[in-house]
Amino acid sequence: MKEMIRLMGITKEFEDELIIPTLNLTIYDGEFVTLLGPSGCGKTTMLRMIAGLETPTQGHIFLDNEDVTHLAPYKRNVNMVFQHYALFPHMTVEENIRFGLLMKKVPRKEQQKRIADVLQLTQLEELRYRKPQQMSGGQQQRVAIARALVNNPKVLLLDEPLGALDYKLRKTMQLELRNLQQRLGITFIYVTHDQEEALTMSDRVIIVNGGRIEQDDPPARIYQYPRSRFAASFIGENNFFPLPDDDSRLLSVRPQFINVCALDDKERKGPEPFHTGTIEQILFCGTFDKLFIRLDDSRDMVTAYQYYEDYRKWSVEDRVGIWWNTQDGVQVTK
Amino acid sequence: MKKNWRSATLVAYSLAILAFLYLPLLILSLYSFNDSRINAVWTGFTFKWYISLLHNDRVLEALGNSLLIAAITTVVTTVMGTLAALALHRYQYRCKLLINSLLYLPILIPEIVMGLSLLVLFSQVGIPLGRPTLIIAHITFCISFVIITVGARLEGCRQDLEEAASDLYATPWQAFRYVTFPMILPGIVAGALMAFTLSIDDFVISFFVAGPNSTTLPLYIYAMVKRGISPQINALSTCMMLVTISLVVVSQLLQKRGYHSSRKD
Repeated sequence: MKEMIRLMGITKEFEDELIIPTLNLTIYDGEFVTLLGPSGCGKTTMLRMIAGLETPTQGHIFLDNEDVTHLAPYKRNVNMVFQHYALFPHMTVEENIRFGLLMKKVPRKEQQKRIADVLQLTQLEELRYRKPQQMSGGQQQRVAIARALVNNPKVLLLDEPLGALDYKLRKTMQLELRNLQQRLGITFIYVTHDQEEALTMSDRVIIVNGGRIEQDDPPARIYQYPRSRFAASFIGENNFFPLPDDDSRLLSVRPQFINVCALDDKERKGPEPFHTGTIEQILFCGTFDKLFIRLDDSRDMVTAYQYYEDYRKWSVEDRVGIWWNTQDGVQVTK
Repeated sequence: MKKNWRSATLVAYSLAILAFLYLPLLILSLYSFNDSRINAVWTGFTFKWYISLLHNDRVLEALGNSLLIAAITTVVTTVMGTLAALALHRYQYRCKLLINSLLYLPILIPEIVMGLSLLVLFSQVGIPLGRPTLIIAHITFCISFVIITVGARLEGCRQDLEEAASDLYATPWQAFRYVTFPMILPGIVAGALMAFTLSIDDFVISFFVAGPNSTTLPLYIYAMVKRGISPQINALSTCMMLVTISLVVVSQLLQKRGYHSSRKD
């Protein structure tokens, strides 16, 4: 696969504070890569360095095999979709989209064609003469994407682009964005703190914590085989149990793999429970109930999902035992 | 019943306040149309005081001075004030709060103190009093208004807009020219109108730093009043009032309109 972006030995300091310790990362042509992490973890800074809006303290950035480390943002062939869209309020939709083409001095005829194409692609034809403030959040979002895509960038950078939208619209836009990326084949680098978004959209998820790459894998692998405690708890919910003969590692078991059984049940199938405990709370979550079980031995809280096809319903204060199939436990670093 | 009584009182009270504020101005302009030399008696309607103003060379000279000084003051303060506001907004520096507070000093300081200190300064340095000293003085007290008005507009602009422009291949100059400047333009125009109004109206500071042949309109009116009030003064004052009011209204409208269009998103 062709290399599109390479970050080599990048570090970044802000006012003597180290935000990003040494970072190496390669992104390939046509990939949908998501940088996922809690706020303040440095993921947006990484994106802004690729865009040229920040300069790394050390290291080099290559874009399509060209060293762009010290190239001004307006000379880089990447475009960014900003978190709050950053649409120019005094320009119409069409003027916003045309801006990059005007600055790049693209011939008039080609401008018209490219604008028409991108308006169709983002279904904005009807709204082309509107001002941003006359549009809904989702429409503004599409303008921001159209304004970036019209320049045919090598890489599209997206900084939490769906963060300001409501839940339902976010779901629709996730699909639209993913389809758009697959149709155009452009490299997308997507920054988010929403783990569900990362899992559903990306070819590759990079979990960032404290400026470091915690794990870099395809979504399914990230979910099924988290490498560290951070990765295991940041993506989805997880339970952690100590390993008897290894102090540096923990056993993680997802709540849907925790089986709950009654202590006095004579006909139960499955092995002797690994731990016993008391149900402290039950949350109704639509397709399942979420049980919070306080363990007798460690006093830790364990979360278990109980789907409705399970044979019995539990209530608070019930004494229960828990067990899981050994293949469902994943060892992670602490 | 009680409620009606209360709201009626409130209306009456408000009207009384408005009358207190505007009745003198109203009477002043009313008597500018009075066909009599004496202000106290109404004898008939006339435009003759306005016409006679146009034939008074000294009034026209004072008007010319005022307009020239106001025009130069406006241009200089608008350019300097806008640049200063941009710099103050863009850069982080030590004592930001202190410097921002210092901006308000020329607005808060008593005019008479400012006029006197400028007079002392000019005589110490040895600049002869005249139009140049008037212009310098007017720039001094107008520039804060421009910086504050433009600064308020800049605060209302999203910071990522210039970044977006630069991401879309605009050089720093182009980003300013096509994005920042159009957005702060209402603030710049409002600031310029404020500066023009303040300069045209100023009396106290001008009184200290004016020299021979640099009499402005307010100074001329003051000199005329000393020789007794004639309806000509009423006419002149009415004209100035109208100009001032319309400039202030335009300036306020611009500030408001700009504010809404930038905040709505």
